[in-house]
Amino acid sequence: MRRTTYIQAINEALREEMQRDDDVFLIGEDVGHYGGLFRVTRNLLDEFGEKRVLDTPISEQAFMGMALGAATVGMRPIVELMYMDFTLVAADQIFNQIAKYRYMTGGLLKVPLVIRGQQGGGKRYGSQHSQSVDSLYAHFPGIRVVAPATPYDAKGLLKTAIRDDNPVAFLEHKMLYFTRGEAPPPDEEYLIPIGKADVKRVGRDLTIATFSFCLLQALEAAETLKDEHGIDCEIIDLRTVEPLDTETVWESVARTGRLLAVHESYANCGVGAELVARAYEEAPDLLRAPARRLGMAPVSIPVSRVLEEEALPWKEEIIATVLDMVRR
Amino acid sequence: MKPADHTPEPANADEAASPAPATPEAIPDGSRNPASITTDVLPSDSATELVVPDLPTDLLLEMYRKAVTIRLMEEALLAAAEEGQIGGAMHTAIGHEANAIGAAYALRSGDYVTCTYRGHHHGLAWGMDPGKAIAEVMGRSDGFAKGKGGSMHFVSPELGMMGANGIVAAQVPHAAGLALASYLRGEDRVAITFFGDGALFQGVMHETFNMASKWKLPLIFYCENNRYSEMTPIWRTSSIEDIYMFPRAYGMATVQIDGNDVEVVHAAVSEAAARARTGSGPTFIEGITYRLAGHMAGDLETYRPQEEVERQQAYEPLTVLRRKLRARGIGGDRIAEIDEEVDETVDEAAAFAENSPWPDTTETYLDVFAGSASNGD
Repeated sequence: MRRTTYIQAINEALREEMQRDDDVFLIGEDVGHYGGLFRVTRNLLDEFGEKRVLDTPISEQAFMGMALGAATVGMRPIVELMYMDFTLVAADQIFNQIAKYRYMTGGLLKVPLVIRGQQGGGKRYGSQHSQSVDSLYAHFPGIRVVAPATPYDAKGLLKTAIRDDNPVAFLEHKMLYFTRGEAPPPDEEYLIPIGKADVKRVGRDLTIATFSFCLLQALEAAETLKDEHGIDCEIIDLRTVEPLDTETVWESVARTGRLLAVHESYANCGVGAELVARAYEEAPDLLRAPARRLGMAPVSIPVSRVLEEEALPWKEEIIATVLDMVRR
Repeated sequence: MKPADHTPEPANADEAASPAPATPEAIPDGSRNPASITTDVLPSDSATELVVPDLPTDLLLEMYRKAVTIRLMEEALLAAAEEGQIGGAMHTAIGHEANAIGAAYALRSGDYVTCTYRGHHHGLAWGMDPGKAIAEVMGRSDGFAKGKGGSMHFVSPELGMMGANGIVAAQVPHAAGLALASYLRGEDRVAITFFGDGALFQGVMHETFNMASKWKLPLIFYCENNRYSEMTPIWRTSSIEDIYMFPRAYGMATVQIDGNDVEVVHAAVSEAAARARTGSGPTFIEGITYRLAGHMAGDLETYRPQEEVERQQAYEPLTVLRRKLRARGIGGDRIAEIDEEVDETVDEAAAFAENSPWPDTTETYLDVFAGSASNGD
């Protein structure tokens, strides 16, 4: 094993899959010559040329729709949205077209493409460049939604997503890009299945189900809770939010009796609300205390550091919520 | 059934009894009202550059058979809609047939097409089966998409028919993506995408114009200008009179043609396809046509006078084709024979659809995701 960054892991996954399959190509704004705004696609143009790495005009609807067209004849486009907020610019193509194409053609066509890019707050980009769109994507049937938190998971899941015959939204996080983690050496192949959660911390008092950058916040919160309050949290990294691996979550809750879902998209109508609802529907007997969810406050994301931190459901809010749940 | 009155009965008899619809308004600045354009007198000189060779008579006969098939299927569907057998919005292509047929015969097996929700004629022109088509529109199990897509989503990948679309202009970038796939793979397939005049005012249309032209994609943009964006005449919405001028701004070859004449359409699409296959980029074709039926089944058509529709009967595709065939020495009896044969075929197709069982309700949950055991795939 070696230590590598989240960005490097994604770059390697892209490179390896492009080497493996000539039908894989990258398309998006500044992905080629510039190497991506966050340098995720750097050096790929040099290696694969302009027919595999396509710089587009700022036309999200058109290049998203073109990816769909190419995918219906077996190509495997990887579309980079510079900010996942731009999902909303291309919303018709993503939710009305890509998500529905297989269904409304009665299964005659499939759409094997990946929509990837970074989301989330923490860098003071404000209301239109900091949103988390995982819950939005998960609301529509027909798209898999993946949001890994570690370099290891990012590489293994992206490779799986590229090979999947379904459209996959692969949601990175701008706060994760320069984080480091263990991963096998480049070219040592491994794949992580979509739809499998991973227990990132074992504990006995309370289960936190989370994903993306909130995983790191939850892990930090868990250390504080352990050291200062003697509360031992189990932390499940969902990794995929469509489909949700509820089996792994219920197994954990069976031991802890408490469930807190945490994510950076809005709490209102979010993935956490879904998970908590399913807990009451599918596993009510496991809960010894009311299950709760924690998400972004119902405001647009402000720019000011203090306001942004207030709105985000990060470490301090996780700690406060866990204390409230345990002491209740 | 026989080719007959192409105007559907108004859905509501009381509405029909209301005061006669107003005649089209004069345009305040005094410019020409495009709704008065007839397809034999084109409003620009752009079509005169197009060389239109005579197509073989056998081919014209085949095209005529196809055109009558489309017409009669559309009439059968309108009848079924009036009987309450079809739900939702169904948009027929009565009057548009030549645009699809001329194009389909100008392209090769292996080429791709996408189109709008007014796409029954493209489906049939590309070889889809009328029985499965009617069954699909009626939501039956023998429909090509098992009753899940319906009227607005005709599709047949094995014929290169890659999908009709319910959202105006959404299918346009899909065709650009198909053309991109052909280009990236070094193939010589071309893609054609059909849309109406209303699609010209969607942003994605212009995004795709720019990208297709910049990347010289093997793509044909085919606008079926029937002069109405749903219920609103184009002169009420367009900032310019001749919409083929829009794509010129993107450096694209453009031509405005008589979309009701299969030979003209065939010539224009052949030329565009040759341009596409040699790497010279996309072409925009504006086929001037006319929608003889309402925007959708049940349309009250209060936005145009009946005389306007009647005037267009002289220029509609079947009339034009019959005129051509007669000029080639094909007798009225031969034409009537084809009409009879097609009538029987469409009757059989309608019967097939009506007798097709409803889908099993378990079908509701299939085809959401590919390759998932829980999804039955």
